[in-house]
Amino acid sequence: MLPQVIEKAKVKPFVDRLIKNHKVLGPVAKGPNFVFEQIESLDSLRLDYPITLLSPTKKYLFPPYECLLKFKLDPQLQVEPIIESEPLVFLGVHPCDIYATWLFDTVFSTKNPDPNYLERRKKATIIGLDCLKPCDEYQFCLDMGSLYADEGYDLFLTDMGDAYFVDIATDKGQQLLVETQQSRPATNQDFARRRDAGEQKRQSFRNKLSVESKYLPEVLQDSYDSLIWEATARRCYSCGSCNTVCPTCYCFDVNEIVDLTLRQGVRRRMWDSCQLDSFATVAGGHNFRKERSARLRHRFFRKGKLIREAFGKSGCVGCGRCDRACTAKISSVEVYNMISGSR
Amino acid sequence: MGKDNTTCAASASPYVPMTGKIVAAEKMTDTERFFRIVLDGGRQLGHKAGQFVEVSVFGIGEAPISICSSPTQVDSFELCVRSAGNVTRALHAMKAGDTVGIRGPFGNCFDTEKAKGQDVLFVAGGLGLAPARPFIRYVLEHRKDYGKVSILVGAKTQAELLFKSELKEWEARPDVECLVTVDRATDGWAGRVGLITTLFGEVTLSPMNTVAVVIGPPIMFKFAVLEALSAGVPEHRIVCSLERKMKCGLGKCGHCQIRHVYVCQDGPVFTYDQLRKLREGI
Repeated sequence: MLPQVIEKAKVKPFVDRLIKNHKVLGPVAKGPNFVFEQIESLDSLRLDYPITLLSPTKKYLFPPYECLLKFKLDPQLQVEPIIESEPLVFLGVHPCDIYATWLFDTVFSTKNPDPNYLERRKKATIIGLDCLKPCDEYQFCLDMGSLYADEGYDLFLTDMGDAYFVDIATDKGQQLLVETQQSRPATNQDFARRRDAGEQKRQSFRNKLSVESKYLPEVLQDSYDSLIWEATARRCYSCGSCNTVCPTCYCFDVNEIVDLTLRQGVRRRMWDSCQLDSFATVAGGHNFRKERSARLRHRFFRKGKLIREAFGKSGCVGCGRCDRACTAKISSVEVYNMISGSR
Repeated sequence: MGKDNTTCAASASPYVPMTGKIVAAEKMTDTERFFRIVLDGGRQLGHKAGQFVEVSVFGIGEAPISICSSPTQVDSFELCVRSAGNVTRALHAMKAGDTVGIRGPFGNCFDTEKAKGQDVLFVAGGLGLAPARPFIRYVLEHRKDYGKVSILVGAKTQAELLFKSELKEWEARPDVECLVTVDRATDGWAGRVGLITTLFGEVTLSPMNTVAVVIGPPIMFKFAVLEALSAGVPEHRIVCSLERKMKCGLGKCGHCQIRHVYVCQDGPVFTYDQLRKLREGI
């Protein structure tokens, strides 16, 4: 589908019509930070946001808490699945988070598909938004190959100053442009301006890893016995903040929530953290990943090696959220560079 | 635009258990109980030796439990459950006629076919006898298909020995070498005393023709595998079944992950040469 352009002057009617027809989630300021929330008007929308606390798609498509089933014991046992979903339009998702959505799509659609995630994903429309400059000093998306979004969006906006260039990837995206009626076909001049914006973008990012991310599986493999893990773990509090903010962490716990009668309730899943002491501890009390350093290493292995080997793309998008949130100021980039042997 | 609370067919959600009735519940030891379960609606579990199920006690939660009955027993299946956490404690309070939830069977299995024509050595410490039992029973049901069968069983004391009457049967069979030991002798124990590894001294193996199935508590693996290796059994002929925390059984929740494997899907059965490379397996 040929690209379109939305002039900045048309953004208000575009957003107004989107909001009128859909539940629209977009970036808004929250204190010094930014979060995705339901947008009521253009006024609160901050398309100039650097980065959000959580990945917007993970926050809504794989929510922190979610009921999987409900049961009641009386008059006889009854168990029903719960799959909550609603149509959502995500407006302004950055490439790193689109990339992370691709990973969720892959994990939850292959081998034992997860109907809860997939039902919500099916009803989601993703309007991507290019970030033309680094969000801050923590990101390393260029290294992780998530600086550009190749797939995983319906529409993709690039800010060209006085207008947005709109790439159209799906019929669903096309439909949004048709119903809002605020775009026009892109001209040769628009294509040139977008190319310029792309070149400027590329020049404002630089590599931070001393090794190409495709070699991280080997680097990690060789690092398995390194004392670097123990040295880094000395500072780690095993608080799990890195997992909480990570756009690609999908591990979860499942618990029973019962009402006061103890005769009915729900089974609920919630985000879990591989850094917590309890994560691999079985009922008898044995902890299969007792050492803090082993838990830290496991997380780096998942992000840099295991997910890439299982699904073909990096398990880390280089958004830097883990490092921003780290209570011990551990830097992923530094750890990767330490284990690759050249700082 | 409101939220749809989609109610799909139960079969569409892998998180919704089947239901089953406990048809027998018996005390085995102070900490283990035996359950026989029949799935509702005439459904058959269809498990293979070495697989496990997620057992639900509604209102308490779900726990992964090894199936301990032979795969040839199709109308019901059996579990030997140690009271260790909330779910298993609640399960211990249940009796015949009560309903539980069952998801599964999950995981890979022992290769009962490939072991045919071979000698089979079982080394089961403590609760490890439960996951080993489907394979043992299958082998004994198809006794002619296998070579020499040795069953080494260890427990802390005689009070903790599982499947006592079956152990007696196996000990009495002329075509099975079954040796039982306890770590500490208590009142009236006239049998062997010593760790399970001491039993290796009593068996003669044809190591290149033996499949050694080693299952026990985490501490036991290293020492029992060492004995099997020093008897000359090759790494790929030593088979272990691992315990891990598991929430989903679907290879998603992450709790059972050891490096690139999810024990719930890729395991729980691994050969020692696989485990050696995993490093964190045993």
